[in-house]
Amino acid sequence: MLYNQPDPLEVRILSKRFGMPDSHTIETYLATDGYKALEKALGMTQDEIVNEVKASGLRGRGGAGFPTGMKWSFVPRQSPKPKYIMVNADESEPGTCKDRLLIEYDPHQMIEGILIAGLAVGAQQGYIYIRGEYRYLIDIVDRAIDEAYARGYLGDNILGRGVRFHLTTHSGAGAYECGEESALLESFEGKRGIPRIRPPFPAVAGVYQSPTVLNNVETFCSVPPIILHGGAYFAGLGTPKNGGTRLFCLSGHINKPGVYELPMGFNLMRMINEVGGGMRNGKKLKAVIPGGSSCPVLKADECDLAMDFDTLAAAKSMLGSGGVVVMDEDTCMVKAALRIMRFYAHESCGWCIPCREGTTWLRKLLTRFHEGMGQRSDIVLIGDLARNMLGRTFCPLGDAAALPTISIVEKFEEEFVAHLNGEPCPYDKSSRLVAA
Amino acid sequence: MTFSPELEARFEKFLNKYPAARKRSAMIPMLIYAQDEVGSMTDELIGEIAKRVGVTPLQVNEVLTYYSMLHRKPMGKYHVQICTNISCLLVGGEELWDKACHKLGIGHKQVTADGRISLEEVECIGACSWAPAIQVNYDFYHDVTMAQLEKLIDGLAVGKRPEEIAELVKVNS
Repeated sequence: MLYNQPDPLEVRILSKRFGMPDSHTIETYLATDGYKALEKALGMTQDEIVNEVKASGLRGRGGAGFPTGMKWSFVPRQSPKPKYIMVNADESEPGTCKDRLLIEYDPHQMIEGILIAGLAVGAQQGYIYIRGEYRYLIDIVDRAIDEAYARGYLGDNILGRGVRFHLTTHSGAGAYECGEESALLESFEGKRGIPRIRPPFPAVAGVYQSPTVLNNVETFCSVPPIILHGGAYFAGLGTPKNGGTRLFCLSGHINKPGVYELPMGFNLMRMINEVGGGMRNGKKLKAVIPGGSSCPVLKADECDLAMDFDTLAAAKSMLGSGGVVVMDEDTCMVKAALRIMRFYAHESCGWCIPCREGTTWLRKLLTRFHEGMGQRSDIVLIGDLARNMLGRTFCPLGDAAALPTISIVEKFEEEFVAHLNGEPCPYDKSSRLVAA
Repeated sequence: MTFSPELEARFEKFLNKYPAARKRSAMIPMLIYAQDEVGSMTDELIGEIAKRVGVTPLQVNEVLTYYSMLHRKPMGKYHVQICTNISCLLVGGEELWDKACHKLGIGHKQVTADGRISLEEVECIGACSWAPAIQVNYDFYHDVTMAQLEKLIDGLAVGKRPEEIAELVKVNS
């Protein structure tokens, strides 16, 4: 069952099997070019694989957008320790629901991508860290892994070619912070998910302090098409330095929310009006979170831009994880800022004081503001507090909490002012008191 | 402490997933699957898992208190998790949450007196494009309407299972 209908504007590379009967089975996968990229990669050198991924312009789909081929090339060739592949399937960035589909509909595509990464860096063991809430996906991946072992795509002698690779799933237990790479590694080792100091990066000291390739699900899923059709083909689908397609998760006040695979650089207004079917109930657009709740919001008049990493960075926001949250004219931006801050205050692991205290105090300030008990000086205080968190934490959660807050308080100051009359939120009559 | 043969088999599989000196990696997966069977993180369970992965009970407790899905007290037979994060908030997630609390007279991480239903206001569960979304135990329900939520709560309260409640369609198989 597809959760939303595909759109004619989609370019379905990673999602090409979505909606096919039994798309999650190895039979369907093999009947549709499945594991052909692996066979091709088995005839390539490590450098050839890495260079193909570099040529594709693939950048990490988890949010940071780091070039994947370069990340792989940081793994030392000679290592006295075993090397690992770690898959980040801890999808939990608010607004993001794409990895779920990639795993649910096409788990073998991810497995094939993991295998090729293993060949590229000489790793023989992979782990897939899946958030605990996605229990049914763990079952789907476990079955797919069993199928791959049975057909000789995993094991001690893959396809009789003398190559060894083993793969297994690992369940999380509820923590946004564990989607951050170093906290994920701590959690994987049976500890609290607190970040590690970097450097060293996971490429040098990841799983069990061994060299590790750690990428998002969608990143691994992009690898088989890159190897099969060539890096140049994948690069050509997107914009310069932003190769390929990505799965954009459209949500909020639009007529056709859904996950759609579109070329990198697709225009955001077209995404909303054409793919997303326009604004619900004929309302006007107020703001968009372009890549998950960690990204600075864009005002309606800033949304006519190409959705790729560099264009969004130039617009002082981020492409992030592909979660496009659309808000209409009736949205209270103070309430949006408050809900986002409640999330970060809940998810802050507490390791770094600027994040632990900053998110908590911002939550309290925004709550007070939204309930109509704010003061004019609080508007400045909210911005100052958030700016003082920037760059002062070991992991990006502090920045992720501060950036959307700063953008909202700067771009929608008039809405904060409108809350100053001692009355509860002027936009939201039913607002409830949240204990601060 | 004894577990079902299925859980024991799962534990054995988990303990073999990681290098021999790294059994601790199996701790969190063991805890969450054990909680599904035992109901909560009892002292006895903590002690047993600690023994099996080779750490102290204190170390297990230190870890489990970090993770939102691991509970020291039992939740209801049906743990209803309602997302109110940004995408769900925009399309009525908060109203669903308020309605559920009001109907049951319980709040966040509280359980009804008969132990059947518990509520949790959860952070993003990865169903943003099909919001508002809820989870009952591990099952996802998308595009949940107020009428569906009320039927769910009423049905669970009188002893029905979620699959017996009309209009409610579980999306994951």
